[in-house]
Amino acid sequence: MKRNVAVVGVGHSKYGVRNDVSLPELAWESINMALEDAGLEQKDIEYVVVSNVGGWSSEPLSAVVINEYAGICPTGTVRVEAACASGSAAVKLAYDMVASGHVDIAMAVGVEKMNESPTPTVVEFIGRAGNYFWEFQNFGLTFPGYYALYMTAYMYKYGATEEDFCKVAVKNHYYGARNPKAQFQKEVTVEQCMSSRYIAWPIKLFDSSPITDGSAAVILASEEVAKQLTDSPVWIRAIGYASDTSNLSKRDTFTSLRAGVLAGEQAYKKAGIDKDKAVETIDVAEVHDCFTIAEVMAYEDLGFAKRGEGIEMIRNEETYIGGKIPVNLSGGLKAKGHPIAATGEGMIAELTNQLLSRVEKDRQAPIKNGYALAHNIGGTGHYAYVTILSLSKS
Amino acid sequence: MSREEKKTLKDMYDSQMKQFFEFVESMKKSLGVPMFPDMKSGKALYFDQREITLRFIISVENIKEFFNGLAEGKLLGTKCKDCNQLYFPPQKDCPRCRTSNMEWIELSKEGELLTFTQINVKPYSFSHYDDYIVGIVRLPEGINVTAWIRENDPKKLKPGMKMRLEIVKREPENYYTYEWVPVA
Ligand SMILES: [Zn+2]
Repeated sequence: MKRNVAVVGVGHSKYGVRNDVSLPELAWESINMALEDAGLEQKDIEYVVVSNVGGWSSEPLSAVVINEYAGICPTGTVRVEAACASGSAAVKLAYDMVASGHVDIAMAVGVEKMNESPTPTVVEFIGRAGNYFWEFQNFGLTFPGYYALYMTAYMYKYGATEEDFCKVAVKNHYYGARNPKAQFQKEVTVEQCMSSRYIAWPIKLFDSSPITDGSAAVILASEEVAKQLTDSPVWIRAIGYASDTSNLSKRDTFTSLRAGVLAGEQAYKKAGIDKDKAVETIDVAEVHDCFTIAEVMAYEDLGFAKRGEGIEMIRNEETYIGGKIPVNLSGGLKAKGHPIAATGEGMIAELTNQLLSRVEKDRQAPIKNGYALAHNIGGTGHYAYVTILSLSKS
Repeated sequence: MSREEKKTLKDMYDSQMKQFFEFVESMKKSLGVPMFPDMKSGKALYFDQREITLRFIISVENIKEFFNGLAEGKLLGTKCKDCNQLYFPPQKDCPRCRTSNMEWIELSKEGELLTFTQINVKPYSFSHYDDYIVGIVRLPEGINVTAWIRENDPKKLKPGMKMRLEIVKREPENYYTYEWVPVA
């Protein structure tokens, strides 16, 4: 029988250019915070899932390097990869360890030190994240390039403009400016965004998430243990997951990420939420806005808006606090930052704090139904994980 | 400016790295260890004394006809003789039938543009090229082919445009690949 699983502790480092710490030191910031939050010690953790894409950073066996530094040894561990969704994959595995009864307490910790390599090397590594042999080797696509293929298709199909997309950046910087953990704590204007340079036409620098160092950790526990630890557990109600082809040429549509749609539908079904009523049910969402186009597609893929109307949501400011559904009140990947494999745990940490009404006042969503949704995409819709959290266990 | 005089993104990347390397070497000389302050934050950084070069050697034994086809001016895919499924990129195996009963077929050299982008900030290994446009084109047989498009201005392109495929020599590497050309 599947057991109920709760988030009992979260940790989240400051995101940004973190030349002040090494990879294990950065991971420790979040691990220590999560242990403190849960009221646990290292010896209580029975399994650790580490998400770290690496390549650009120096330690290939990052899981054991981090665990040794954090005093979590000889506990069982593994490092997972699902590109930018690695963090949600780590949470999924830690969830499974607890839900299945293998352990009572498990931790997912994500960390990325992207600034250990020069920017051209990082651009090279992320550009290879798709199908290296058929789409990178000869054609040199980049991460913004892959998403630009979607933005071009969306603009032509629905008449969206570059200005429209800049409004996503404006919203996410608005909230990033109110989040002390964010990489960019500065508001921006549509004009500033429009005058930023093209990095992969029609995607401009301000449409894009930055290169980020950061970490986040999430401690999960079984119902029995969670009740002993806390009066305010946040329950993982559902995790949906799907994937798509490595070659973008094998996709049928370039205005939606199929994996995101499937993962969302799966999660809604498991949580007993009607997709058509998602907007009324969910109090706050973190969606994968690696580029502004990605946030607009997420609105539609998750059923927040009809096809072609995601762009209306941002035009009409419906995803600010007070709108139909507040999205990315952390600043999102765009302003909070995108430490690739830590982004998933970062979303769960943020939403746990949102549901418990313990984030900064001017970016706190009103919690009515007690539901939050994390939408985490890996690569260009290659992987997708949608996690639904709730204040009630059923 | 002639092509020879024009500074590429690679020249810029290389000169930045050279400057950085010289700075780190001078710091190492004075401190005796490869430690230097971060230009922005002043935090102490350590310059890795080991270097790795990544260049892969990949088996194409089962799709060598594809590359031989390029040299003969053809774009080839594979077709499953059991279920008629077309594969591009070509595959040795048909996962639908779980058989390997394939034949090589020449693909159409025309199609309709689905979407495109221009890569402005290029990966290091592409930084010696001018900005290039990448597009995905749908062939009449219903499969899509990703390739560069011979055009410098993305504003001159539009989804739905007719495109023609040419087998071309990629320079300066000097090898055959394929490219889309807008049909005027
Ligand atoms: Zn077949």
